[in-house]
Amino acid sequence: MTAAGLETPLIGGPQPVASTNGDSPLNGVTVGVVTFPGSLDDRDAVRAVRLAGGSAIHLWHGDHDLRNVDAVIIPGGFSYGDYLRAGAISRFAPLMEQITSAASGGADALPVLGICNGFQVLTEAHLLPGSMIKNNHLHFICRDQRLRVENAGTFWTSDYGQGEEIVIPLKNQDGQFVADNRTLDELEGEGRVVFRYVDGNPNGSRRDIAGISNAAGNVVGLMPHPEHAVEAGFGPDSSARGEVGVRGGTDGLGIFTSVLKKLVG
Amino acid sequence: MTAETSRRFNIDTVANAEATPGQALPWAELGLKENEYQRVEEILGRRPTGAELAMYSVMWSEHCSYKSSKVHLRQFGEKVTDAMKEHLLVGIGENAGVVDIGDGWAVTFKVESHNHPSFVEPYQGAATGVGGIVRDIISMGARPVAVMDPLRFGAIDHPDTARLVHGIVAGIGGYGNSLGLPNIGGEVVFDSVYQGNPLVNALAVGVLRHEDIRLANASGAGNRVVLFGARTGGDGIGGASVLASESFDSSKPSKRPAVQVGDPFAEKVLIECCLELFKASVVEGIQDLGAAGISCATSELASNGDGGMHVELTNVLLRDPSLTPGEILMSESQERMMAVVTPGNVADFEAIMDKWAVEYSWLGEVTDTGRLIIEWDGEKIVDVDPRTVAHEGPVYERPYHRPEWLDGVQANGFAAERPTDLRAAVLELMASPNMCSKDWVTDQYDRYVQGNTALAMPDDAGVVRVDEETGLGVAISTDANGRYSYLNPYEGARLALAEAYRNVATSGAEPLAVTDCLNFGSPEDPEVMWQFAETVRGLADACQELGVPVTGGNVSLYNQTGGIAIHPTPVVGVLGVFDDVARRTPSGWREDGQAVYLLGTTADELDGSEWANLRGHLGGQPPVLDLAAEKTLAAILVNCSRDGMIDGAHDLSEGGLAAGLSEMALRFGVGARIGLDELCERDGIDAFTALFSESQARAVVAVPRSEEVRFNDMCTARNFPTIRIGVVDTENQALDVQGYFNLPIDQLREAHEGTLPKYFG
Repeated sequence: MTAAGLETPLIGGPQPVASTNGDSPLNGVTVGVVTFPGSLDDRDAVRAVRLAGGSAIHLWHGDHDLRNVDAVIIPGGFSYGDYLRAGAISRFAPLMEQITSAASGGADALPVLGICNGFQVLTEAHLLPGSMIKNNHLHFICRDQRLRVENAGTFWTSDYGQGEEIVIPLKNQDGQFVADNRTLDELEGEGRVVFRYVDGNPNGSRRDIAGISNAAGNVVGLMPHPEHAVEAGFGPDSSARGEVGVRGGTDGLGIFTSVLKKLVG
Repeated sequence: MTAETSRRFNIDTVANAEATPGQALPWAELGLKENEYQRVEEILGRRPTGAELAMYSVMWSEHCSYKSSKVHLRQFGEKVTDAMKEHLLVGIGENAGVVDIGDGWAVTFKVESHNHPSFVEPYQGAATGVGGIVRDIISMGARPVAVMDPLRFGAIDHPDTARLVHGIVAGIGGYGNSLGLPNIGGEVVFDSVYQGNPLVNALAVGVLRHEDIRLANASGAGNRVVLFGARTGGDGIGGASVLASESFDSSKPSKRPAVQVGDPFAEKVLIECCLELFKASVVEGIQDLGAAGISCATSELASNGDGGMHVELTNVLLRDPSLTPGEILMSESQERMMAVVTPGNVADFEAIMDKWAVEYSWLGEVTDTGRLIIEWDGEKIVDVDPRTVAHEGPVYERPYHRPEWLDGVQANGFAAERPTDLRAAVLELMASPNMCSKDWVTDQYDRYVQGNTALAMPDDAGVVRVDEETGLGVAISTDANGRYSYLNPYEGARLALAEAYRNVATSGAEPLAVTDCLNFGSPEDPEVMWQFAETVRGLADACQELGVPVTGGNVSLYNQTGGIAIHPTPVVGVLGVFDDVARRTPSGWREDGQAVYLLGTTADELDGSEWANLRGHLGGQPPVLDLAAEKTLAAILVNCSRDGMIDGAHDLSEGGLAAGLSEMALRFGVGARIGLDELCERDGIDAFTALFSESQARAVVAVPRSEEVRFNDMCTARNFPTIRIGVVDTENQALDVQGYFNLPIDQLREAHEGTLPKYFG
């Protein structure tokens, strides 16, 4: 075995290496999920893509090749421990250079989703504006969070209705979205506020913003975790769509079906 | 390292020790007793070197050697029957026990204490407690899949409590969340007996395939020994010996430097890197570095394998180059592992380290000489039989006797006047420090990561899926009641096991195995020692009666400040198995019209109860335990889950039926109409007793109308008492105990959820 042969992480334990979903019309779409050394929700993001009907592969932060994936998810976690500033080191990973340039292209730019730490990485990489600071109450917070989809026109939200509400888990320490007023006004004016917290702002984020997009709508970042509301029995106890069973909420699935359907055309 | 380095110290070599027999050594400062030091001299046939003294002092500490508890702990092995061994793949003695859960899957789990460090330095103490137990799980070859933390603090309104609560909860969250491990349960208890000695116990669970089990031994002469992970620093020196194995005493200097400092990112990388090592089969034996650091890892690996090891200590990568050999051997720097690798696998090992950017250094090799030789720049500083360090430490038969005060305490049953305003009493109970919502704590823990959490707090047990294809999974619950154990340590231990067992069964899982963390005062106090002896006897007996073996655990002694010891607090964790976690039972009801049944009988048992605690009373005898009834109840609850006969279930324990009904209503915010008259008449009790007694072997279940006949038939067939006490009512947002009170859910929730934010905001 050589170092080169180890470029993609081996996934041990009970989790599936995951990937294809034979019956789905969407399985021709392959989503790459980036693993940094401190990524935590990478396998969960792979599972979410699979449950949405697509195919998923793991991408290693140290690689220089996007392996022809059709879209990329930067998952939650603490990419390099985040002792400096969340995402500050990750943006310099070799794979991030590839992602940044592919996501910045024109009409067929690469769709990229940053969840939690992934959102932080995207702001550090300047694919998205603003920044995340420590929650205003200074604690880590894990709770089921209600959001409103403010823009159903992005690559990652087209399967939702405009203004639709969803419930997905939120869990972070540095989740307070901040930006200067001009940037905030710009985001609002251009319809780039994609998700907004409703029923209580959990971290002091400016204007209750939970997620935003770039101007083209291919790059989206959000703090809450849609990949933890995709499988009945393992999601939140509630859904914005009405009564569900215990941990039956699957409101996050739409994020993943959105991009898959969009890419299939 | 070069000769230049060694010149910086006046190295006490073996040759020097032989030449200077009369030289005084600081054995007392390192925590050794005079007779123990003499034994070291006898074993070696000379005085120990400074490095050898460091090793013996930490490895013979109470924390590492179990010298006071060993003679009692043997019962856990002796009282295990063949039937109980059926599911055991690895028993007591390894880093953690391993249990077969079917389909080729196995689970390893263990609970440990990090009490002393967490009092001295709450954030780091609690954080490294999580780190240490997780490394134990990895060492077995398993991927960690969940953690939980049973915590006990002093009085909620004591000025020092907030410091500990904030630091400890943030430390557990800060470390565990960064590892990507869902925190699925635990306990938070407040009692002034824990004021100077908070209990921070940490449990971790891991899963693995049968063929992946790894053990801590160094076999095969010529195999290489490698240390990898974080660098070795000056933190945690004496953590096991002078910190964890002594009582607190305000006259001594701060023990803060003896607390380790954690780096969760390093641990997360270490987890992934170890799992990759296992998958590639490049390590022969592996051992995590926790208490006693390199002293423990080298001596345990060597004595569990071919018996010899040769190590060059200057090869250890250091954070602080000024550390002496003795300090390097004693350092408890976190996030380190030691492994044994065949020469043929060295290149593959290094490739995996490089991929994860983990630092490593080759320290030496396995030998068949039966000696552990440690050199410093080629000069021999340790030459010992590793078994004398790791396994043949002192064993004490500490004197013990039943405290004379106990008769008086047991005779003083709870006889205070019972309140007539039951509504106010329920609100007071549900807002009290021990019964209030723990959301403020658990919301600081990630319960979602890994995507397999099927139940977490506030449900009776934490449940995680192991196999995504089949739904195979496990349930875990930890419980202890220090007040019960204070009143009667034998029964207290059995009651703790019964509650954890009942919790696991209430969630629908078949209880399979036990881990325990025995938290006590000083073993040098004969009364504490008696409590300990009674606890172990009770727990071993109850395990045998319930047919669930203890697979591993931890003893934490010296939880004592001055002459004040904590209540004996045996924290018992029970692991159960699900063929499919989809059938787990949540701890609340939600469907309108479902029937609410109470399983079991209620007697007037308020001694040691939460209600008595609220009235400042502790006396009498804990509730009577009937393990045969517990077994039947568990079988009913598991069958109900399997056959879809119930939609919600909650065991009754602290706070009795009042707490059980309140929590079931709060779980999904759905009310119920409850009638107590029939129950009171059947059991010959008043309404207050019905609500607040803590009689055992009871649970409340919500039964769909269509299942009532089947449910009743099953209870009748098993001759288990059951009574219909009410009906779920989604219309009225209230817990309506007819004839006594009507408590709107909102009001109940406000009382229940307001307490912790009020104190810790």
